[in-house]
Amino acid sequence: MISGTLTGLRLSGIQTLALARRSVVSEWRQLGNVAPGLVFPLLLAAVYTHQFERVIDLPGFPAVDSFLDFVLPASLLQSVSFGATEAGTELARDIENGFFDRLRASPCARLPLLMGRLGGAMAVAAAKGSLIVMIFMVFGAEIAGGPAATVVVVAAAVLLVLAIGGLGQVLAILTGNQEAVNATFPLVFTSIFMSSAFFPTTLMSGWFRQVAEANPVTWIIDPVRRLIIEGWTWSDVGQALGVPLALSAVTVTMAVVALDRRLGAT
Amino acid sequence: MSAVAVAHVTGVGHAGSVVSAICVRGMRRVLARPMLIMPMLLMPLIFVISFTGAFGSLTRVEGYGTDNVFNWMAVYAALQGAVFAGVGGASATAEDIENGFFDRLLLTPGSRVPLLVGTVAYSSLRSTIPTTGVLIVSVMGGLSLTGGPLALLTVYVATWGMAAVFCLVGLTVVYKFRTMRSMILIQVFGFSSMFLSTGQVPIHFMNGWLHAVARVNPVTNVLRFSRQGFLGDITWSLTWPGLLALAAMVLVSGVLALRQLGKLAA
Repeated sequence: MISGTLTGLRLSGIQTLALARRSVVSEWRQLGNVAPGLVFPLLLAAVYTHQFERVIDLPGFPAVDSFLDFVLPASLLQSVSFGATEAGTELARDIENGFFDRLRASPCARLPLLMGRLGGAMAVAAAKGSLIVMIFMVFGAEIAGGPAATVVVVAAAVLLVLAIGGLGQVLAILTGNQEAVNATFPLVFTSIFMSSAFFPTTLMSGWFRQVAEANPVTWIIDPVRRLIIEGWTWSDVGQALGVPLALSAVTVTMAVVALDRRLGAT
Repeated sequence: MSAVAVAHVTGVGHAGSVVSAICVRGMRRVLARPMLIMPMLLMPLIFVISFTGAFGSLTRVEGYGTDNVFNWMAVYAALQGAVFAGVGGASATAEDIENGFFDRLLLTPGSRVPLLVGTVAYSSLRSTIPTTGVLIVSVMGGLSLTGGPLALLTVYVATWGMAAVFCLVGLTVVYKFRTMRSMILIQVFGFSSMFLSTGQVPIHFMNGWLHAVARVNPVTNVLRFSRQGFLGDITWSLTWPGLLALAAMVLVSGVLALRQLGKLAA
């Protein structure tokens, strides 16, 4: 009984890895799709650093040496979010072209069908996130929390990709349409802009400030930013990793339920 | 073909009817596919809401130029919308090339120039939708016309011109690479041109390379021209450089697009 369960888990792991590898290879073969996710956030960071230098003197702005330190978490999340819906888009593409039906017909467990693509998206996000942090450090950004905080910062971004990717997979399973999944991108884009990504919420006012403060992206960006600017605290580490993890638990569970319903209905 | 028929298909009247037919076809295509309208309208609206909400405290920095952030950001968001509209017009041609319809257009007798002019006219017309949307939202947010109703005219002239420019740049690329995927280059170029200008802050807020780039970026002159009616009175000294920049950009991008169209048709 136990050895049977272990064999099942081992097989699921192998299948997940195989599908994750397929997902990473697919991204690697379309580097043109990855480039905007690197170029655009870096361009934005470069421009904002040179045009918002006067802003860091405003009362209420966090004490930073340069706007570059302040904008690092925003660029990081923006960069990984560009490919975050890819796990959903890939699943929708597989449903559209019939590959998903062939996987269903094979002796493949259900969970790897979802986790494989999500794993691939997370691996790509880890690579992109690390590259973004390295480029920022080359240009003078400093992470006060040290190397351990750097790992947490990238891990938070990777977990956010898991959360967004799970949502993309829910849409892919429900609609089986790539265009519908791609339509979530403006939502992600808006969520970042309507958060504390580029300006602290203390300097916002009115309904926009309320929206930004209630935005889960702010709950992730603020502790990540404190790890970068102020240094390591366990509460910030807990929040930086806990919030995206909780969001991931919700969206991946929704994806599993949606997949069960789809497979049960056919 | 008889001399009379040749004269008929090369005459100004015929060219006008081709231009208007392409315009009408493009607008019908947009209205028939809500998925095309939403990003075209949604993104500039997201920009104006996000920029005014997040960067509202910029007006507290000395020398910003206005105490109403809508008066600064509305024009920027409208011009961003115009860039999207121009790229969208070129994308429609990319779609026509990919599905073979453009080859059929090239087989028709007569000059190819109306095909290009029609697409540009369609893009400029299409830009009216996001510009109007941005202005309505901005008025609701508190936009004031310090330069009188003429301020609105300058915005529409600028957005029609920018849509034409980015359509022509997009067509140059599309005629050369003949794929929809090539549009990503124009999107990156469009975003960069806008961000490397005085879109969000006055030029004296910038430092380093950004200051140098924004100073020579023709979009800066277009922004000065179209924004003047929201910051003060409309003056000829701010009007002619903007119009000249638009005319020069249309001329250069027009020549490049015509050359590529000639190569495509040959």
